[in-house]
Amino acid sequence: MEYAAALIVLLCLVAFVVVWPLLRGEGSPAPDEGAREELEAAKEAKYREIRDAELDLQMGKLSSTDHRAIDRELRGEAIEILQRLDELERVTPGR
Amino acid sequence: MDPSRKRKLRLVVALGAALILAGALIYTSFSASTEASTPSEVVASADPGRSYELTGKVAKDSVKRDDDRLRFVIADRDGAGSVPVAYAGVVPDPFREGREVIVSGEMKSGTFVAERDSLVTKCPSKFTKEKTASIGG
Amino acid sequence: MAGVGSACLFAGLLTALYAAAASLYGARSGRREVVVSGRRAIYCLAGLMVGATAVLQSAFLRSDFSYALVAEGSSTDTPTFYKATAMWATQDGSLLLWALLLSVFSSTVLFLTRRSLREIAPYATAVLAVVAGFFLLLMVGWENPFGTLASPPAEGSGLNPLLRHPAMMIHPPMLYTGYVGFAIPFAFAVGALITRNTGADWIRATRKFALVAWTFLGTGIMLGALWSYTELGWGGYWAWDPVENASLMPWLFGTAFLHSIMVQEKRGMLKVWNVFLIIGTFVLALLGTFLVRSGILDSIHAFGASTIGVQFLVFIALVIVGSTALVISRLPHLRSEARLDSLLSREAFFLLNNLVLVGLCLVIFWGTFFPLISEAITGTEASVGPPWFNRLTTPLALVLALLMGIGPVVAWRRITPAGLRRALMWPVLATALVLVALLALTSSAERPLAQLMFCLVAFVLAVVVQEFWRGAAARRTISGDPWPRALSRLVARNRRRYGGYLAHAGLVVLFLGVAGSSAFLDQRDVRISPGERFTSGGYSITYLRPTATLGADRAGTGAPITLGAVLRARDKNGKTFLLRPSRNFYPTQDGSKGAIGRFFEGEATSEVDVRWGLRRDVWTAVRPDISALDGPIREANAKFGDASGDVQAVVIAAIVERYRRHAPPATFRAIVSPLVSWIWIGAGIVVLGALIAAWPSPEARLRRARSLYAARLGRDLRAEAS
Repeated sequence: MEYAAALIVLLCLVAFVVVWPLLRGEGSPAPDEGAREELEAAKEAKYREIRDAELDLQMGKLSSTDHRAIDRELRGEAIEILQRLDELERVTPGR
Repeated sequence: MDPSRKRKLRLVVALGAALILAGALIYTSFSASTEASTPSEVVASADPGRSYELTGKVAKDSVKRDDDRLRFVIADRDGAGSVPVAYAGVVPDPFREGREVIVSGEMKSGTFVAERDSLVTKCPSKFTKEKTASIGG
Repeated sequence: MAGVGSACLFAGLLTALYAAAASLYGARSGRREVVVSGRRAIYCLAGLMVGATAVLQSAFLRSDFSYALVAEGSSTDTPTFYKATAMWATQDGSLLLWALLLSVFSSTVLFLTRRSLREIAPYATAVLAVVAGFFLLLMVGWENPFGTLASPPAEGSGLNPLLRHPAMMIHPPMLYTGYVGFAIPFAFAVGALITRNTGADWIRATRKFALVAWTFLGTGIMLGALWSYTELGWGGYWAWDPVENASLMPWLFGTAFLHSIMVQEKRGMLKVWNVFLIIGTFVLALLGTFLVRSGILDSIHAFGASTIGVQFLVFIALVIVGSTALVISRLPHLRSEARLDSLLSREAFFLLNNLVLVGLCLVIFWGTFFPLISEAITGTEASVGPPWFNRLTTPLALVLALLMGIGPVVAWRRITPAGLRRALMWPVLATALVLVALLALTSSAERPLAQLMFCLVAFVLAVVVQEFWRGAAARRTISGDPWPRALSRLVARNRRRYGGYLAHAGLVVLFLGVAGSSAFLDQRDVRISPGERFTSGGYSITYLRPTATLGADRAGTGAPITLGAVLRARDKNGKTFLLRPSRNFYPTQDGSKGAIGRFFEGEATSEVDVRWGLRRDVWTAVRPDISALDGPIREANAKFGDASGDVQAVVIAAIVERYRRHAPPATFRAIVSPLVSWIWIGAGIVVLGALIAAWPSPEARLRRARSLYAARLGRDLRAEAS
């Protein structure tokens, strides 16, 4: 009956941990925090791409015409991300 | 050439290459394969000169070493039939009477003459298989 | 305590079911607290699995034979290291290992993404919970590692001596880390598909997990090859055996996945392909786990050899059908955001590389399952052997090497033919020089395919060196740093790219080792007496004398009897060295062999001796002929069957000494393999490259650099936008 006793104890422990947030009600972090993290990650990735393109140009893999076109496109996409981040700031001012 | 025609062309080339690979795969595997058999099957109906992959258990008290060759008898799993085997090459460590083995070779006048190094012994209780095989090239 | 362990498993199963249900309900109803509850359930699951593992491990370390698993896989004379690792040598224990790794990894990824990926994470949690639940169900229902024996034996059967090798003990956890690691991106991909959130978010969140999983899986595969080379008596490292292939296939798909996700991140292309690849990788990982246990490929009639084969197949089928249905229903959301502009672009080369990798996997899949395929088509079961595999995989490997050389040089979107010519000029020149050197100085022309591989290896290495050189040079023109600093900053700023280049370099070095050792090896099997000699691969090898020792097993595996030989090898220049291959004999519990005989009739393993070298290895194994000892052993069985352990030990010592004095001819195998060490070195370089690619950038320094750059960019962009 070691099994039954252990099972009951373990299930009680798990239930405690798992039910706690249900009792506390609304989930803790603000819903937009997640969106901000995602946008930040996308922004970093876009910056890395811009840098990669610059490196490619310096190493001679991209011709300057090609690089200009790519750079403009990437910067445009970066602007969009920055704008969305700004909007987020405006909607949820401060932290 | 306009972009969509280029794309279609690429698709055709890619599919063509895939078909060629698939064809090579199918053709070479069916022509280079060895058929799996049990001892009773190989005793009853083996084509001489054709190579088979024999699976079965090493019969008790049948293992003898004579010079370079190892001689033993393989029996069916259920003990129905058996055939003597002459083998040369590396003998895998788990090889023992009563163990399941796989060996490739041909039938020659009543004895199964095995290919060098083609003896594989299955590990009895663990789920990994130990093996010997010839290195390619 | 076994009851506690079993309770942990059953509680775990219930917890996993709750986690799945809560995550799904919370996601659909929008109630965040329920989702959080589901995530916490996964944390609990990890805790339960740690607890269960601790119970089982303590039983092994205490040699508690009331546990069926311990009695079967360990013994009091098994060295401690092997006691601790015996858990995953058994089927039940390895299921627990899977569940442990899966729950811990899931907890980690869910913790790291607890604030982001709000929509996707709950569905990913549910998927991970279901997979964990499957493994727990297998254990609870069929293969409980905590089964107890009513009358525990006094002594266990001991760990199979063939597995008493350090590499073999870390091999399963490494493989499983790989398999489980790929479950994470799979779960997030499914979540992304369900929520129609098919951008690159799920990729960014799980990319590091995929990379780490790939590295561990690759290391696990290499450890298996190393074990085969150093522990088994045949001297090879790869036999295209089904269990080997089972681990290689998910690795190939995983490699393709790692490359093609870059295309989706950069250009939003290949979305369907990526999803297909990660589903394929995960399915192959499950298949790999299943193949090793089921026995379906060893023999026609062995399907019932495992009690969980059918369940695995059902689960795999469900995963395939479910994922495919999901992908098809979401096809409109998986449209590419861009088209392939030019074949001379990195995207195109990644696609090509993917096709070759998938093709390679297909070939291996076909060959591995051929017995079943041929039976289905022609009615007779047939199999293909290593020669077939080598014949079909070699051309694909050559193409892969070529792609590894050209790929890094090509830019995203488009490189002009002139740019390509300029980029490849020096590497091609270097390769030509290498070819000339090979033709002039070596006999490699005898094996044209190997020679072609050598040239391609030179080509890829030249490209990698050039990339590092040019990159550092480009940095120097901006920052004026000295070479070492420019190089280190280059790598630090572009870890993914340069880590990847290093991994390419490592992989071709591995190819070099494979080509050299398989095309130019010299293998000799002889049966000689002490004093005689033979030649192999330019070495003259003399059998100096036999050896026989008790309890002095060099490898530390606890073997009581070791019989071996001392060989002296002399190379062309007269240099000599000694080799001491031996054979360990382990006792069997089988009483029918006799009290003395059982020490000679149990398992025996080859302890090979290898002289490692950068240019070539000299590998030797011995198989002492103990048939001459049959007479004395039979006598001893009769006379000393009931004697005390000490007396029996003396008798065995005497018999063993008799072997040493009057040794009959022993069988030796000697293999001289050129360049084989480069396989292991190459694998090490690949791991180094992967580490660099995966290493998180030191936050502070990068944030400073980034914030400066970001501020500038931000200013530029805002100026442009307004």
